[in-house]
Amino acid sequence: MADLTSSSAGERLAEARRQTNAAARRRRWQLLSPAIIIIAAFGIFPLTITLIYSFLSPGTYGGVRWEFSTNAYVQFLFDRDIFDDTLQFSATYLSIFGRSIGLAFGATVGALLIGFPTAYFIASKPANQRNLWLFLITLPFWVNLLIRTYAILLIIRDEGIVNISLMWTGLIDQPIGMLYTDYAIFAGLIYSYLPFMVLPLYASLEKLDFRLVEAAYDLYASRFQVLRHVIVPMAKPGIVAGCILVFIPALGAYITPELLGGGKELMIGNLIALQFGGSRNWPFGSAAALILLVVVMVSLIVYVRYSGKEGSNHG
Amino acid sequence: MATQSATAQPNAHHQMAATTHEVMIHAEGVTKTFGQGSSQITALDNVTVDIRKNEFFTLLGPSGCGKTTLLRLIAGFDLPDAGQILLDGQEIGHLPPYKRPVNTVFQSYALFPHMSVARNIGFGLEMQGRPKSEIKNATEEMLALVQMEHLAGRRTDQLSGGQQQRVALARALAPRPKVLLLDEPLSALDLKLRKEMQIELKRLQGETGITFVFVTHDQEEALTMSDRIAVMQAGRILQVGGPKEIYNNPARRFVADFIGDINILDGELDAKGERVILPGGVSIGALLPEGAARTGHVSVAIRPENMNLTAADAPEAALTGRVTNIVYFGAGHNVHVALEGGGEVLVRRAQTDAQIGAHVGLSVPDAVQVLVD
Repeated sequence: MADLTSSSAGERLAEARRQTNAAARRRRWQLLSPAIIIIAAFGIFPLTITLIYSFLSPGTYGGVRWEFSTNAYVQFLFDRDIFDDTLQFSATYLSIFGRSIGLAFGATVGALLIGFPTAYFIASKPANQRNLWLFLITLPFWVNLLIRTYAILLIIRDEGIVNISLMWTGLIDQPIGMLYTDYAIFAGLIYSYLPFMVLPLYASLEKLDFRLVEAAYDLYASRFQVLRHVIVPMAKPGIVAGCILVFIPALGAYITPELLGGGKELMIGNLIALQFGGSRNWPFGSAAALILLVVVMVSLIVYVRYSGKEGSNHG
Repeated sequence: MATQSATAQPNAHHQMAATTHEVMIHAEGVTKTFGQGSSQITALDNVTVDIRKNEFFTLLGPSGCGKTTLLRLIAGFDLPDAGQILLDGQEIGHLPPYKRPVNTVFQSYALFPHMSVARNIGFGLEMQGRPKSEIKNATEEMLALVQMEHLAGRRTDQLSGGQQQRVALARALAPRPKVLLLDEPLSALDLKLRKEMQIELKRLQGETGITFVFVTHDQEEALTMSDRIAVMQAGRILQVGGPKEIYNNPARRFVADFIGDINILDGELDAKGERVILPGGVSIGALLPEGAARTGHVSVAIRPENMNLTAADAPEAALTGRVTNIVYFGAGHNVHVALEGGGEVLVRRAQTDAQIGAHVGLSVPDAVQVLVD
């Protein structure tokens, strides 16, 4: 009798547990659904359209004609002879990619060199002052990127404050042509994306156990050796994150090269924008965007692999 | 049975020995304050102390007494506001830590988590720019010294607390410093491991011949390991001496109170200042530390194990009272006795046949320590 009741109780318990599990599963999907909808609507769906467009033919007045074509990808590497239809290798677009990667890489290194001391400075402040410094770092973000970039333009143009004050002090008698150069793009990129470098660096430097720094000093490490052997390795996760966060947007930057490069000095972002605008070649624009995506992903994988090898396996 | 005159050894032995020892660290008038204005704290107040070559020297005191500050000043992590620190005759008080031939074992161990055990140990030599072969040999030697050879390639966060402790020791010893500083290194270990490491540290000190300066708030640890102990309180050194001297002849009330259990009784010094009269009227020899009152009303200290229970009317009973409690603690019994004239004393005996409520007599040593307040 007692056995019977206990077994039926066991069955009831199992049934109840099944129901609870099913309910929990339903609830989990319900909770996940906003994220899934957002990823589908704003990630997968546009990427799919881009992928499809890149294999279609350009329409005469923009848009696409629904005819399959790999021309967009061929065009990226080759010039089609208009008379005999033969293909000839052309480095035009590759060189734009190369330039962009070079500029983005330079901007990343520059942002790291400026951002690391900045982040270390903030992390070494008393805890109650750090938020103020972080606030000051993020303050420029409150202003539109376009306006900030115009501000740089006004500062470095021939009649800008830099040239005027240099001429006034007599150091130069001709304005230095800084605007519409690679250096202008370079400076603009560093300025625009510096906070993306400082914040992750700060996050990892703030966690740095200062006793490790003392231990290294105690073991005969000079200031530079402490930086090299203790602080930088410990800040590696922040360095990796900061470099990724600066490199990717810098590589696809549009406004900065457009305004500071004067539109002549093309970067990938401008090339893509041009295809959807003036050139009316949407398939080629889509193909260029996807190639950029692949380049970024591959370089990211390589970078994370490489930097993961030494040291970032902690923290 | 009633007399335990071993306590009455004069301090002369230690003082004579001191003159024949070479000094490794000489701190003179060292003062260090933290903070500003009304929140200013004097961590060290005009501290002068000598630490001898090749001794195990312990700075003992409650938290906030300045012992860690003194250690950090010797290491170079903080700079003194006033005073000098001489290492082997050279002023080092204002050198940065990496220019002092002194290494530290940190309370938190502070091992580098991104390096292997072996690289941690070799780090000091690596930073000194020593040749690779020398670093390798020294690392192996240190690994053997702390019995960690089998874990050389491990990451330090894969080690247990005791193993991390050994690596921290090996890392600090590898560059062969003149002085090894240890900042409460055993406090994170469990009791059994701590006892093992106490013996181990003493062995390492003997084998390496390096001067150890050890900071702790654990008086038992200090007594177990040290050649000499400096008892500190509120930024001052109250007494420096060997473990037996500190334990048996505490000069100050604080030292007596801080180290072990002790009975502090009122007494009256006679005119010559040679004998002290206890409340019951019995007169016994007085051991007077420097700076103690020469006459009049004083406090005297007697260790619980130096007192014995007798019959109330026995001739050796200096004090009488009633047993209020008997507590067994494994290695013996603590017998609490309420004195006739007020106050309570503790008597520690391995065996006792005393009964709670019994009227008993208490014998005392031939001579007792007089305390400076």
